[in-house]
Amino acid sequence: MTTRRTLIKSAGALVLAASFPLIASAQEVVKVGLILPMTGPFASTGRQIEAAAKLYMAQHGNTVAGKRVELIVKDDTNVADMTKRLAQELIVNDKVNILAGFGLTPLALATAPLATQAKVPMVVMAAGTAMITEQSPFIVRTSFTLPQNTLGIAKWAPNNGIKKAVTLVSDFGPGIDAQNAFKKYFTEGGGEVVQEIRVPVRNPDFAPFLQRVSNLKPDAVFVFVPSGVGSIFMKQFSERGLDKSGIKLIGTGDVTDDDILNDMGAAAKGVITSMNYSAALDNPANKAYVEAFTKANNMRPNFMSVGGYDGMALIYKALEKTKGDVSGPALLEAMKGQSWESPRGPVTIDPDTREIIQNVYITEVKEVNGALYNVPFDKIEAVKDPAKIK
Amino acid sequence: MLTILFDGVAYGMLLFVLACGLAVTMGLMNFINLAHGAFAMAGGYITVILTARWGIPFLAALPIAFVATALLGAVLERTLYRRVYGQNELNQVLFSIGLTLMAVAAVDYFMGAQQQFLLLPEWLTGRSTIAGVGIGHYRLFIIVICVLLVIALQLILSRTRFGSRLRASVDDPRAASGLGININLVFISTFAVGSGLAGLGGALGADLLGLDPTFPLKFMIYFLVVVAVGGTSTITGPLLAALLLGIFDVAGKYYIPTIGAFIIYAVMIVSLMWKPDGLFSNVGKK
Amino acid sequence: MTKSIAEALSPSAALQASGRDWGRIRWFELAFWVVAIGAAFVLPSGFLLLNELAILILFAVSLDLVLGYAGIVSLGHAAFFGLGAYCAALLAKHFGIDPILGLLASASLAALLGLLSSVLLVRGHDLTRLMVTMGVALLLYEVANKMHWLTGGADGLTGVTMEPLFGSIEFDIFGRTAYTYSICVLAILFLLARILVRSPFGMSLHVVRQNPLRAAALGIHVNRRRATIYTIGAAYAGVAGALLAQTTGFASLDVLDFHRSADVLLILVIGGTGYLYGGIIGAVVFKLMQDWLASMTPQYWQFWIGLLLVVIVVVGHQKLIRPWTWFRKNQGGAA
Repeated sequence: MTTRRTLIKSAGALVLAASFPLIASAQEVVKVGLILPMTGPFASTGRQIEAAAKLYMAQHGNTVAGKRVELIVKDDTNVADMTKRLAQELIVNDKVNILAGFGLTPLALATAPLATQAKVPMVVMAAGTAMITEQSPFIVRTSFTLPQNTLGIAKWAPNNGIKKAVTLVSDFGPGIDAQNAFKKYFTEGGGEVVQEIRVPVRNPDFAPFLQRVSNLKPDAVFVFVPSGVGSIFMKQFSERGLDKSGIKLIGTGDVTDDDILNDMGAAAKGVITSMNYSAALDNPANKAYVEAFTKANNMRPNFMSVGGYDGMALIYKALEKTKGDVSGPALLEAMKGQSWESPRGPVTIDPDTREIIQNVYITEVKEVNGALYNVPFDKIEAVKDPAKIK
Repeated sequence: MLTILFDGVAYGMLLFVLACGLAVTMGLMNFINLAHGAFAMAGGYITVILTARWGIPFLAALPIAFVATALLGAVLERTLYRRVYGQNELNQVLFSIGLTLMAVAAVDYFMGAQQQFLLLPEWLTGRSTIAGVGIGHYRLFIIVICVLLVIALQLILSRTRFGSRLRASVDDPRAASGLGININLVFISTFAVGSGLAGLGGALGADLLGLDPTFPLKFMIYFLVVVAVGGTSTITGPLLAALLLGIFDVAGKYYIPTIGAFIIYAVMIVSLMWKPDGLFSNVGKK
Repeated sequence: MTKSIAEALSPSAALQASGRDWGRIRWFELAFWVVAIGAAFVLPSGFLLLNELAILILFAVSLDLVLGYAGIVSLGHAAFFGLGAYCAALLAKHFGIDPILGLLASASLAALLGLLSSVLLVRGHDLTRLMVTMGVALLLYEVANKMHWLTGGADGLTGVTMEPLFGSIEFDIFGRTAYTYSICVLAILFLLARILVRSPFGMSLHVVRQNPLRAAALGIHVNRRRATIYTIGAAYAGVAGALLAQTTGFASLDVLDFHRSADVLLILVIGGTGYLYGGIIGAVVFKLMQDWLASMTPQYWQFWIGLLLVVIVVVGHQKLIRPWTWFRKNQGGAA
């Protein structure tokens, strides 16, 4: 019977010990709490962002404005209350000055009130649902919003022979966001969405949905599905001969994620997508970035990684501007309006919405030097998040 | 639309191949093996490795996947499963969940967490239209293989000595053992074949359903539904159940897309309420 | 010598005394709760983890009621947990009601679902029951996903601001209020459960679990007892979910996810079922192990958990915690 009490006592002691504040004085070190999905289905996002953040620090040194920058990486395990607790512990125990990362929308949403309460800037490097930045005045985003990326293809399509489209998305937050955004901008451009199809996230077989698409005979089908599922979809799409029947496959770049694009095989060729980044962008900053990234990590950088890279860039620039002042509100103000040249082109943090203003590129999947890439052939410059433009 | 029917049948057949091993082990050993999906995943990954890395043609890789997974099943049965037979239901469930978690993590570690892409030979891709019905070649292939399997299984069960031993062991292990039937041998070979079939199903399904380390967790519910609805005392029971579910699922998603995933769970709950032992069970067992 | 029939039929004094003794609350149990609640006032920090632990313990206890006392293996207990969480979150968000009322509402709703599903559960055998529990949880998950106008869908429900407890105690960022709240709720509910399972009703559950046929022959309505304890277990799980939503200010689809059901089952395996304290021991060990394993091998801690499960089952629960039996010839490894 004493075992039970002993267990509780030792658990309590452990917790006590873990909660003592760190010895290092808060003055010399700037701590960034990086909460990422390191495990589970979105682990590739976590991997890419962590690698990119570390690359930035390796390239620019880890001292800014006289302070040493320290990254504390935590696994969010894709669970919202766990993420919130991790964020709380980072703020209260580790005394981080900035929170960053956030691979999924619910995780960012859960942490938002915390950022407001503790006055800690929160740099969203991955999640893409538009309303995230509205949840707290301390949230700044360096990734993208789904409406931003959808805008590209939705505007390109009507001007390039696509008048009738069917939208097919996975039935969850980002999918519905993309579906609504596409409908809005596509119809604005003169196109017509003949049907909106929602596919369950856990879906074994696309056959019935593809059959519907085939019956409707649109000019194109706009697709948004989670990263790995895109390849299954494309395979079944071409297996049913839909690509030969004149229906174009379009979507956002999530479907042709650089991380796995090369493994998708011939079914992916010719797919046209719009995205805020492609590893095939040929500006000098990107060429250097891709080379350094591939060398350090043995993998191709994707659109998630630039969220991490630019997130670190933003943090560094903000620190330089505040000359080392790490108080939350000061850093936040310094972040607003920052502009720099990123591997994805020129970017700016919009001071009103705290979203990132960036180019959106229209790309087609082509073979380059024996590997598949999203080759850009058009772009829309300086896209503000359309969801916030009233 | 007949095309939808065809697609549903193909999907149902695939489910059957994946689930029949589970039905047999459940009926034979009264063991709830939630790790069945892990065997299917193993078969899928083996096939991917064989075709993509070692250049072995797809058709040759299928039987290899079957045999390899069967061997894996036999080894696990002998070493681990045998110690868990007599235990209560909770322990069986936990044991198989534990195995599944280990398999998922191990595959993640060795092969990475991303989707695996199975490259099919040319003649299996593509589509023909016969009498107005769109027939995908790969789906037709699946149906053909499954029909052959069903026939083979029925023949083995009803015509061979092994089959009659198996049926005897299912009906009454103690009596069968008393008659001199080597129960252990029956168990291990049945489990092996069941796992092998799962592996084959995984290999066949990799193209259709996708393949990644979370495969067992994602699809386990479908196999369980097939077994629960089809009962564990016959081969035809799960077959009909799988076809039913496949057609309902595909047709449901086509005609009423908003319902989507509900169909499978609703059908399962309704059929279990109506006939708790499975729709096609011929015995008032347990 | 000659006793009246009534006298002969009534239990002897010794029997009555042993029955009372069986149900009495021991002193070290009370001491444990004093320490646990006292920690809220004494410890300087670490409340967030402790809060999570308290909620997990309540959830585990709720499953213990179902599993250990009714013998129903449920792979879908998260259905009640999630229902309670969403109920509390929605009530707080739209009506701003007092947290305690939110708890009561969530408990009632979860109990209702438990009652309805218990109807399904009493039919059929093992696999059927397992499937039904899993099916209900999966169905609920899909419903929550579809009704994103109500639940926020995959994004989750935001804007849940909690009214101060009793109108005056605010929920703070350090989690002290949250922990105090959770541990007090846990303590009260636990003691209630403790009284319940050691009551004549609890004893009848014992009998039902061990030999349903004989219990029925004794005149105990087996299905009704099972349904009752299942409903109570569901209500407890609903309260646990509500606590989570209230103390984190958030509810998302993963309160209904399968991993929640699986985790809590694992906790009971570690701690042991059928005596209520298994939930506590199991939850503490589980959390500690999870933290420890996750920091060592973040991606693969699942592997070690799986291995642990396999080892526990194959080697046997009793043998595992008694190392001196490892080298004795085994007696079948019964758990």
